Amino acid sequence: MTVSGGAYLALAALLFSIGAVGLLIRRNVLVMFMCVELMLNAVNLTFVTFARMLDDIGGQAVVFFVLVVAAAEVVVGLGIIVAIFRRRAGATADDLHILKG
Amino acid sequence: MILAATHYVDWAVFMIAAVIVLTGAFGVILSENPVHSALSLVMTLFGVAVLFVEQEAHFLAAVQVIVYAGAIVVLFLFVIMLLGVDKHENIWAEPLRGQRPVAIGLAGMTLVELLLLVRFQGSWATGVSSDAGPASGAGTNVEKLASVIFTRYLLAFEVTSVLLVIAVVGAVVLARKPKQAETES
Repeated sequence: MTVSGGAYLALAALLFSIGAVGLLIRRNVLVMFMCVELMLNAVNLTFVTFARMLDDIGGQAVVFFVLVVAAAEVVVGLGIIVAIFRRRAGATADDLHILKG
Repeated sequence: MILAATHYVDWAVFMIAAVIVLTGAFGVILSENPVHSALSLVMTLFGVAVLFVEQEAHFLAAVQVIVYAGAIVVLFLFVIMLLGVDKHENIWAEPLRGQRPVAIGLAGMTLVELLLLVRFQGSWATGVSSDAGPASGAGTNVEKLASVIFTRYLLAFEVTSVLLVIAVVGAVVLARKPKQAETES
C-alpha cells in the first residue's frame, strides 16, 4: 500500500463530479447515460479503495454486484431510449415533456 | 532502496492512470459526437481497470474490461449506430439560461465537500469491519472473492441472476415494435 488511499478517493471524487456535471449539462440522452456510467465507476473505485484501506474483501464483493446491476440498468435504459427514438427521431432530454402537468 | 523504487513505480502508474481516467471523463462530457464520447468512456474504463490492478482487485479489473469496456460500450455503440444519432451537435448552445453555471457550481460544491471529507474525516461510520473476511493474506484475490460471494453473499448472487433475466426480458419487450404501430404504418 504505497499510494495512499486518500489519493484514490480524491481521484474518485473528481471523476464523480465530472460525471455529475456531464449529466446536468448534456442534452443527448445517450451521453447522459454514459455520464451515469462515469459516476458508477467513481463509486466502484471508492469501494475498491476502501476494501484495501480497511482490509475487507466485502468492498470488492459489493463492486461485483454493482457491475451486474449496472449491466442490467444499461440494457433496460438503452431499450427505453430505442423505444423513445422510434416514436420521435432526434429527441433530446428537453423534448421529453409528455408527462408535464 | 528497492522499496523506494517500487514506491516511485506505484506513484507513476497511479498518476498515468489518473491522467487517462480524467482525460477520458472530460472527453465523454465535451465530445460533440456521441461516438467519440463512447470511445472516451472506454479510455476511462481502462484507466479504472488499471487502478483496480494497482489495488490488487485483479478479478474486478478483468471483469471491468470484459463487461464494461467489452459489452456495455459495444451496446452503446450499437444503439448509437442503430438510431443514427452519430452526428455532431452544438454542445455550447444553452437551452436553459443559467442552468450550466448552476450545474457546474453544484458539482463543484459536491467535489469540495467530498475532498474535505477525504482530507478531514476523523472516524468511520461504525469502525467495525464487515464479516466478509480480510482482503490481504494468503490465497489469491479470485479465491477470496469467490469464497465470499458463494457463501456470505450467495443469496444476493442468486437474486442478481433473476435480475439479469428480468432485464433481458424487459429489453426485448421494450425494443420490440408494437403491433398497432406496424398496422398503422
